Amino acid sequence: MKIYVSRDMASVALGADAVAQAFADAGREVIRTGSRGLFSIEPLVEVETAQGRIGYGPVGPGDVAAVLDGSHANRLGPVDQHPFFAGQQRFTFARCGVIDPVSLTEYAAQDGWKGLEAARAMTPQAVVDAVKASGLRGRGGAGFPTGIKWQTVLDAPAGDKYIVCNADEGDSGTFADRMLMEGDPYCLIEGMAIAAHAVGARHGYIYIRSEYPFAIATMRLAIDHAAHLIAPFTLEVREGAGAYVCGEETALLDSIEGKRGQVRAKPPLPALKGLFGQPTVINNVLSLAAVPFILAEGAEAYAAVGFGRSRGTMPVQLAGNVRHGGLYEIGFGITLGELVNDVGGGTASGRPVRAVQVGGPLGAYFPPSMFHLPFDYEAFAAAGGLIGHAGITVFDDSVDMAHMARFAMEFCAAESCGKCTPCRIGSTRGVEIVDRIMAARPSISRRHPDESQDPESRNARLDDAALDADFRQHDGKGGYLGKALYSRAPSRIDTSLDAQTTLLRDLCDTMKYGSLCALGGFTPYPVLSALDYFPEDFGAPAPLKEAAE
Amino acid sequence: MEEFIEGWTARHGATRDQLLPLLHAVQEEAGYVADAVVPVIARALNLSRADVHGVVTFYHDFRRTPAGRHVVKLCRAESCQARGGAAIEAAAAQRLGVAMGETRGDGAISLEPVYCLGLCAVGPNALVDGRPVARIDGAALDRIAAEVAA
Ligand SMILES: Cc1cc2nc3c(=O)[nH]c(=O)nc-3n(C[C@H](O)[C@H](O)[C@H](O)COP(=O)(O)O)c2cc1C
Ligand code: SF4
Ligand code: FES
Repeated sequence: MKIYVSRDMASVALGADAVAQAFADAGREVIRTGSRGLFSIEPLVEVETAQGRIGYGPVGPGDVAAVLDGSHANRLGPVDQHPFFAGQQRFTFARCGVIDPVSLTEYAAQDGWKGLEAARAMTPQAVVDAVKASGLRGRGGAGFPTGIKWQTVLDAPAGDKYIVCNADEGDSGTFADRMLMEGDPYCLIEGMAIAAHAVGARHGYIYIRSEYPFAIATMRLAIDHAAHLIAPFTLEVREGAGAYVCGEETALLDSIEGKRGQVRAKPPLPALKGLFGQPTVINNVLSLAAVPFILAEGAEAYAAVGFGRSRGTMPVQLAGNVRHGGLYEIGFGITLGELVNDVGGGTASGRPVRAVQVGGPLGAYFPPSMFHLPFDYEAFAAAGGLIGHAGITVFDDSVDMAHMARFAMEFCAAESCGKCTPCRIGSTRGVEIVDRIMAARPSISRRHPDESQDPESRNARLDDAALDADFRQHDGKGGYLGKALYSRAPSRIDTSLDAQTTLLRDLCDTMKYGSLCALGGFTPYPVLSALDYFPEDFGAPAPLKEAAE
Repeated sequence: MEEFIEGWTARHGATRDQLLPLLHAVQEEAGYVADAVVPVIARALNLSRADVHGVVTFYHDFRRTPAGRHVVKLCRAESCQARGGAAIEAAAAQRLGVAMGETRGDGAISLEPVYCLGLCAVGPNALVDGRPVARIDGAALDRIAAEVAA
């Protein structure tokens, strides 16, 4: 009777190691797997029986006996039939949570390497054609057709081509890349080997953020194990160093080259002049990990699922204040409301959902009145948002949206690569403007007191007042510098709500059109959506619909 | 440190693209990247000091001063905020006796911000000396404080 317990970082954070140890101490054979992806039932223990794998969760280390005799109150029945899993279409995550992630035998037994074998029997052009026919679009955020990118690299004349996997996954609310690397690393390796065959690359890099120590260790081990199966193609892991902007593809390439992670101007495209100036395929983990299925099962099987021009499946991640958070792989077209309410079960706190942020720190905040939106690149773009890496962060009604807008600007200021002024300086000015708005708005009483009084912004206001006094005292005596500084002294600024709100919109406009990459260019999405959908948090009247409720 | 760097480059190579891996190795070995080590690294990889300094200061991970004996990296990103992260951040600073982004006077602990650990459905989260901890509440903070004091 085998026992399965996840060793995924999230499962371990919830106590899975102690649970696994308790079963091992009781003399059981324990297999550590990736996570199935539903964290409200973790730590999850699965017991192998004649009826399949029976799940119990959440369980603690003291529950061994009750699990083994089947009497535990949290018995879930056959895990495959649990509604959270039964409703999914697991093309990419089929093995995640099921097998021992670093067992080559189990990988091969569960259709592993079928895609690579099929690809090797095909010409590079035929492989690229299959990826094109699948309709696969980049899962890192921009949604660019993967096959077209590969075609450019295939057509580029050069000896040294590279495959680079973008595993920087910096967006809050996302963890699919991490789960796949920890739970089914050979799937990513196989996808990269197929890409290498398709474009004629000999070496590849997986750039993993340093915040993912488990994924780094698992990928390194898996690369060692699988080296002989992907040869002559070789792979190595590079560890990031805590810079969000290194998820941007050209900054990532500079980072691998040992430089500051600064965004490059395009053209040239990385597909033509990428890593070390050579033609380079750079793709997100999920884009590359979707490829083995496409080659093994056929492009049509992948493209048969989806919505409009968004083909195939998306591993959606439900995060934040959500009751059943986790990873839910499903064909495009499911609505935002179905994901948040039906799959996610609403908030974890039990309070009403007030906002969801889709697509990480550069994504828009949507109120429940937008829950009819189908999960589709075009539909989200039309609504002034983005799918991004498909993370959905849920907030209940205690959220202060002005505070979240301030955070978006603060994050941009902290992570800006520094190349463009609107992003580097504008974001700091944005923080200051939101601070002034928060100081000038009538206090919002219906929310938690600890949320409406941000100590940092209070300090900023005190500093402003002190500066102001200082400037006035030195007025006329400070020469050129004094005058220049005085022109920006707070007393010269119209700090009324109206003026500051106009200024904020204006600044967002400048950032949107004056930034080289999406960090500066998309930070306005969360800010403006907060302003548009939740004006009452910025001291303006509530939108009609909410007021009527 | 010079010997360590020499040995490292002998094993891994001394090309420019080894700069980040080398900085990670130096930090793992010494706990931080001292300003005095920058010229040594520059020489080893045949780069200018300014170049290496620029890289060290660009990346949030690299410290230029030693950290506390224990390091608590607390997530400040949106999904953890949605689960009460701001209140936990304030409580952590109070309970551990150190402000966010600082090292305590006695050198026992550093409290550092991190922007997402990829555990976004079970926050607020932290890495305590590299070990992931989820659903941090008052009791969890007490356990962390006890661990640090031990
Ligand atoms: C600031 C910023 C951060 C990004 N972070 C990531 C990331 O963490 N992972 C990712 O795959 N793409 C990220 N991207 C998108 C990449 O630039 C690029 O579009 C992607 O790696 C291409 O791969 P894909 O076509 O497979 O999506 C980011 C972009 C920007 C502007
Ligand atoms: S928008 Fe910001 S992060 Fe992007 S290139 Fe410009 S300065 Fe760098
Ligand atoms: S937001 Fe805290 S772990 Fe992702």
